Order: sequence, then structure tokens, then C-alpha cells
Amino acid sequence: MDIVLLITQAVNGLQLGVLLFLLSAGLTLTFGIMDLINLAHASFYMLGAFFGATVAIYTGSFTLGFFAAIIGVLIVAWVIEKGIISQLYTRDHLDQLLATFGLILIADTLVHMIWGPAGLAIALPPLLQGQVALGGVTLPSYRILIIGVGLLVALGLYWLVNHTRTGMLIRAGASNRRMLGNLGVDVGSLFAAVFCMGAALAGVAGILITPITEASIGMGNDIIITAFVVVIIGGIGSIKGAFVAAIIIGMIDTFGRAFLDQIFMMIMPAETAETAAPAVSAMLIYLLMAIILSLRPAGLFPPKLR
Amino acid sequence: MEASSKTSIFVGAIFLVVLAVVPVALFYAGEIFWIDIFTRLVILAIAGTSLYLLLGVAGLPSFGHAAYLGLGAYAVGIPVHYATMGGAEWLASYNGWWQFSLAILVSALFALVTGAISLRTRGVHFIMITMAFSQMIYYALISLEEYGADDGLSVYSPSEFPPLLLDNPIHLYGICFGSLLLVLYVVHRLQHSRFGRVLQAAKQNETRVLASGVNPFKYRLLAYVMAGVIAGYAGALMANFSLFISPDMVEWSRSGELMFMIILGGSQHILGPLVGSSLFILLEFVLSRWSIYWHLPFGIILLLVVLFGRGGIIGMLRRDKQS
Repeated sequence: MDIVLLITQAVNGLQLGVLLFLLSAGLTLTFGIMDLINLAHASFYMLGAFFGATVAIYTGSFTLGFFAAIIGVLIVAWVIEKGIISQLYTRDHLDQLLATFGLILIADTLVHMIWGPAGLAIALPPLLQGQVALGGVTLPSYRILIIGVGLLVALGLYWLVNHTRTGMLIRAGASNRRMLGNLGVDVGSLFAAVFCMGAALAGVAGILITPITEASIGMGNDIIITAFVVVIIGGIGSIKGAFVAAIIIGMIDTFGRAFLDQIFMMIMPAETAETAAPAVSAMLIYLLMAIILSLRPAGLFPPKLR
Repeated sequence: MEASSKTSIFVGAIFLVVLAVVPVALFYAGEIFWIDIFTRLVILAIAGTSLYLLLGVAGLPSFGHAAYLGLGAYAVGIPVHYATMGGAEWLASYNGWWQFSLAILVSALFALVTGAISLRTRGVHFIMITMAFSQMIYYALISLEEYGADDGLSVYSPSEFPPLLLDNPIHLYGICFGSLLLVLYVVHRLQHSRFGRVLQAAKQNETRVLASGVNPFKYRLLAYVMAGVIAGYAGALMANFSLFISPDMVEWSRSGELMFMIILGGSQHILGPLVGSSLFILLEFVLSRWSIYWHLPFGIILLLVVLFGRGGIIGMLRRDKQS
């Protein structure tokens, strides 16, 4: 196998993994701390892309678009948390799922009404259009940027969760949220803060992917399920689990799509392999989930419950 | 309680009479458009009733039920595809018995395997795993170029069940409506059998059921397979109705809509899915004529029903009677 191709695909896999991590970090925290299952996380991803792309197009600055995405999503998330999500914390998971499914329909239609049915494409700033040569392999510098941002966020979250007072409260909430409330912590504000932070990270993922794909209606609705798979595999409520699982899934998905047909061709006729490989590689991450869950039903790094 | 169950039987009877008479009468009066709406309604009600067996009876909120609709539909579409285009002689056929058996077999197998894994988990894990498994089918179908990938597949000829003609709307509606009655009867009987009582008891208190020496796992797995089979059958009917199938039938939002129908009608009553799918079709029909942005009021209604409408329509009827 070609070593250059292998490294290129590894970088692609890492990029997908980092993106999945940005999406699933918020999901796993809202899950772990508030016991909330939030499909509308997909809408924050989409809104981040649309807010960012709009500002980037009007001002011509991708950097301004990036920050506009974060601020815009923060505002929307805060309003939705106060208005609707806070009603849902005490409801059962099915209610939460259906209500946030309703929110997705509303968000998708509002975006359709405001921006029209077509997507928004933006160009990369000249600084990021180039390529970087790393030991004989040339890689697009923008992909390196995505991976860098993702790793920074991962480090930041690790620091926040494990070495700050807020992080202590977050971990306490994931272990036993009722006890936390009884100790006099304002659980409502903590929930709102964590919810908005998770939404903002989804918004960051949305604006980061926009120059590569584009901002389009319902862009988050498929990747959100993959993010759920990440959360399940990693263990609900665990940032470390989400990070490890996101990277594993990003790698497996990318390598499966790139190389599975060649592996299949070694053991079956070429025609069968060409039909089977794409289908099987699309199913790989779900097979992985099935295997991991049959060995460890609570995921790789389940938080300790007390 | 006695009075309220009489009300719901009354409402249910009205629904069934309307479904039996109105579309047929309209069809013979020359309004052939309506029978399509009613056929879709009845097929969705069959799928919804199978989900009721899981959600209402066993308390298992499967969020990937659309996968079975897709599997059933492709079990009709793929044999027709080969029979028309040539290839795969062992599979190719226009014969309805073969296609429907295939739909049932494939759904049962998929439910058995995924159920055995998903039923080890509880609560939120269960919801997300069922969802993920249906997305697995979605992505597999999207990447199968042979069967049209995301462009879908035309079903050139409906299933052959001589002497019935499934391209005759009245025959097709008759089959669908008869199937709905049969499914309602079977699920009703299941619910009140020993099997159903174990499921309901395990829904309320699993520990007690275990303590009385019954392992709910195999009961749940059997219920899961039955629900999958019924939904797969509904999918096979759906392929005959729309004569076009695509991975879109399996996307998770379809499962969400199915779940919405049940919650809308009432998840604690066997006629909830029928009432819910009727309202769903009505909403879709009225709103989609009103505006292309019809998903907006649709989403708002969904949100309001979940936030304020506990127990769905049937639940409200019951509460009125009780107060």
C-alpha cells in the first residue's frame, strides 16, 4: 500500500474524528449532567455554519465569521435553553427526543425561509489555501487548522473539567445531580452554561466544515447520529471517552471507505467486492458500536455513579 | 375507567367504519385521489401499531422502526428489479408470496440480531442504539449502487397475488385495510395474553418480574422480532403502494415521525397509532397545501403536543371522562 496515501487518509480520518469530537463533547456533557438527549444539537451545527458563512461573505473575513458563528449560536442556545429545554430536563427521554426533533424541523424551516433552499459556500482566506509539506507528504493547511482547533478544544475541555471549580461541579453533576442541588449549587445556571458551551462547540464544528462542504439545510441531521454513536461508545458523560471514540470512529470510517474494497478484492471476485465494500464500510462504525457494547454495555469510559 | 374505555371503543369503531366506507365510496364516486391518502394512512397505522407493541405494551422506545419499513420495501423492490433487469435468478421474482416472505424473514432476522444487542441496554442507550442500527441500514442502502443508491429504485410491477391485482387501488386498499384489522386483532390478543402481561409487568418493575422467576429478556426479544416483522410487512405494502423506494424511507426522521404519530394519538392505547396516523396525514395534507414552509407549524405542533399534550388524543378523551 502507498505510504503517502496512507498518511493522507490518516489526516482525513483525524479531521473527521476532531469534527465528531467537537459535536459530541456538548452532547455527552448535556447527557451526563442533565440527562438530556438533544437532537437539536444538529441545528446548532447548522446555525454555526450559516451565521459564520453569512458574516464571512459580508465582511470578507473568515475570522470574523468564525467568531460570529460562536456568538450567534450562544445567543440562540441561551434563548432555547431558557424557553424550551429547561422544561425538558425532568421529562422522559422520549419526550426530549420528540421535542428536540420538533426543534430541528423548526430550525430547518426557518433557515430555509431566511437563506433560501440553496446552500452557502465560502472561500478560504488566502492564508489557509496553501499546502504544507510534512516529510514528503503535502497536506492542505486548512485540514491541519481544523485538527489543531479540535485538539486545542480537547485540551481546554480537559483542563476545564479536571482542573477548575466549574469542572468539579460538572463532574459532580454527572455523578449525582440531586446531591449537587442539595449542597446548594445553582444547578439551573450550571445546566444553562454547559448547554450553551456545548452548543457553541457544535457551532464551531459547523463553521469549520463550511469552507470544505458548504452550509446547507439539514447538514447536521445525519452527522448527529454518528455523534450519538461516539457518545455511546465513549461512555455517556465522559469527555475523554468522547475524544477517544471520536478519533477511533473518524479513522475507521475514513480507512473503511478508502481501503475496504482493496481488502475485499483479495478474498472475493472484483465485481462482488465493488458492490459490497461501500455498503460494508458504511456499516463499519455501527458494527464497532455493537461489538463494544456487547463487551462493555456502558461504553469505554463510563463515569463513576454514586 | 369503564366509561372511558367505552368511549375509546366507540371512537375506534367510528374510525374503522370511516376507513372501511369513505375511501371506497369516494373512489366509486369518481374521487380517485382520496384512496391514495387513505392507503398511506392505513399502512402507516400498521407500522405504528407494531411500534405500539414495543412502546405501549413493552415500554421499549425504539427510535429506529423505519428501518423495517425500508427492509420490507427493498424485499419487494430488489426481486422486481432483478426480474425486470435480469440477473440473480434465485432472487428475481414478481411473485408476491416470495417477496412478502422475504420481507418478513429479513425483518425478523434483523430484529433478532439487533434486538439481542439493543435489549441488553436500557433507557437512553436503547433509544440511541435502535436509532444507530436504522442509520446503519440507511447508509448501507445509500451506498448500494446496484439498487439505485440514494436515487432510489422504481418498482416496475407490483407484487403478484392472483386473483388480486395490486395495481388496482381498491384491491390494494382492501389488502391494506384487512391487514390493519388483522394486526390490531393480533396485537390486542398478544397484549392480553400471558406474554403481554409479562411485558407489561417488566415495563413497570423489572426486578419483581425477575424475582418471580421470569426472565423478561426473551419475552422482549420476541416482542421486538414480532414488531419488526409487522413493520417489515407494512414496508412491503408501502413498496406496492408508492411503486418507488429509496433510502429516504429509512432515515431517522421517518422513525421520529412514526414515533410522533403514536405520541399524538396516545401511546397507551392500541388505537393510538391509528388515531395518530390519521391526524398526522391530515396535518401533512392541510399544511403542505397551505405553504412550502409547512414543516414550521408541523414542528411547533409536535413541540406543543410533547410539552402539553400528555397521553395524546386518546389520553385527553379518557381524562375528560374521568374528571
